[in-house]
This record gives sequence, C-alpha cells and structure tokens, in this order.
Amino acid sequence: MLKMMLQLIAGRVSSLVARRATLALTTSSARMASHAPDPGNVTSPEVTEAVDMSRPMYWDRLDTPLPDKLYKDELSAAEKSLKEKEKGPWSQLTNEEKIALYRLSFHQTYAEMNQPKSEWKTVVGGIFFFVGFTALVVWWQRVYVYPPRPRTFDDEWQAKQLQRMLDMRINPIEGFSSKWDYEKGQWK
Amino acid sequence: AVRCAIYGSVTRGGPIGSSAISVSHVTRVALLVSPLASRCYSHGKVESDEEFDARWVTYFSKPDIDAWELKKGMNTLIGYDLVPEAKILDSALRACRRLNDLASAIRILEAVKDKAGPHKDIYPYLIQELKPTLSELGISTPEELGIDKL
Repeated sequence: MLKMMLQLIAGRVSSLVARRATLALTTSSARMASHAPDPGNVTSPEVTEAVDMSRPMYWDRLDTPLPDKLYKDELSAAEKSLKEKEKGPWSQLTNEEKIALYRLSFHQTYAEMNQPKSEWKTVVGGIFFFVGFTALVVWWQRVYVYPPRPRTFDDEWQAKQLQRMLDMRINPIEGFSSKWDYEKGQWK
Repeated sequence: AVRCAIYGSVTRGGPIGSSAISVSHVTRVALLVSPLASRCYSHGKVESDEEFDARWVTYFSKPDIDAWELKKGMNTLIGYDLVPEAKILDSALRACRRLNDLASAIRILEAVKDKAGPHKDIYPYLIQELKPTLSELGISTPEELGIDKL
C-alpha cells in the first residue's frame, strides 16, 4: 500500500520535473533563436531577452565612470561624421554636438544616476502586504488547526488549582504560600 | 603587454618601463615588496602622496595609451577612497584628447564631482585648477553643457 503511494507520488513529481525542464529548455531555446547578435547593448531592466554576458557590457555605475563598451555601437551616418569631427579641435564643437557625443558613449549622466527613486515604497509596501497575509494565515490556523482549549485554563479550574497550592503550602518560606495570610484568608 | 587586472595594484609594464613584469618573475613576494598599493602593511613600504600622484600622472601620460588602459585607469582611480589631484586629472584629460574621446573627458569630470561627495568645495577647486587645460583642449564642464541637472 505504502509502496504504491510512494510510486504514485514519485511518478507525479518526476512528470512535474520533466515538464518544468522542457519548459525551461523550450523558452531558452526560443529566446536564443529570436535573439539577434546583440553585443550586450541592453541596459534597461525591463528587457527580458537574454544578454550575452561573455562579451563586454555597458552599465551605468557611479563607481565605474568608463564602462567596458560604449553605449551606442551602431552609429548612423550623421553620428559617424560627428565622430570624425571629434578628432579635430574640440573647441569647434557646439554644445549640442558635445552633448550628442556624450550620449553616444553613455546612457545616463551622473545626475540621472543619482536621482532618487521610489523603489523603496514598493519594497516596504510589499513587506506590509505579506506580513498582513501571514496574519490571515495565522488566524485561519487559530480557527481550523489549533486543538480545543485545555480545561486547565478555565477560571474555575484555576481557582481550584490556586487553593490546592495554598493547601499544599507551596514555597511557604519565601515564595508562593509565604505571601498568603492563612489567619485572615487573604493575600498579605 | 600582458593585460592582467591585479586587484589593488595599478602599475603595468608601461611607463614604469624598467620594472616590466615579465611572466616568469611575477611572484607574490615581488608584488608585496614593490611600492605599488598604498596598503598599510606594517613591514612594507608605504607610498607617499607625491609618489602616488606621480605614478598616476605617469600612467596617463603614456603617449600611445589606448582606450582600455584609460578605462582601466579611471575606473581603478575612482575606486580608491580619495579624490584625484588636479594634475592626475589633467594627465587623464590629455589622454582623452589623444584618444579623441570627448565624452570620456566629460564623464571624468562628472565622476570626480560625485567622488567628492558631501565636500562641495573640492569640485569647484579642481575645475579652477583645470581651467587652463579645459580651455586649451576645448572640454566643456558638465555644468556648461547643462547635463549636471536632470
């Protein structure tokens, strides 16, 4: 009987594992197929396609001013001519051209990297949400899982227990019974 | 030259030519004894500020410096717990000029301002020191281009 159950469970688990493995394989191979040769020119976190991490990547980091590669790889004709102009005296470049050159090499400026984000609100909100959810789980457990309340907690039982302890003279010298005044029948 | 990113030490076989690190002689003992990293070894030699500055100025002054060396040097320098001296930055900006890379020059200025952190008077001082170089090479500061704001 037990052996049959175990086999059944094992069968279920293995099929689940097999399904998950093929799922992973198919999605990754699909990703690979549709993934054009990309030199890692992906900086936004929303992009889900696989990035080739074996090649130099670009990233905006305060402590890495000059990343491994330029932000923009494929330059249009206008951009290429601007790059040529960069080889000459820089004083001949207009401010717009200088900014354009900067944006070719880099994605975010330091000011943009440093700007405050609201991510913490999402994190704290998420924490509260899951704590609240846990509270609901605990409440359900209290109602449906906990065994019945032991009768020793009833007031009547507790009173009788207290009387018994006094009758037994529990800790009569310095402890429990020493606090009870036996003549007057009350606490000292 | 062999491009090995020896963590913490910066010197390569370049301008400090005579101490060229040949493969057969790279031992841990050699690295510890040479005045490379200004680590606080009680037994090792501590590099002075002037030596540090001179070493970095020499690094960026290499006439045929390439883009990788510029990047590596700058990233390492920014990784240190200090704001580089004007003369090091001057050397780095000239290296950018040799590489025809204006964007990196502006980036270096941004990085240095960020590096100063709460000490707001360091960056204006550096810009003041670098003014001659900036106008000579035609480098605009991030403030002049307006990219220091959002």
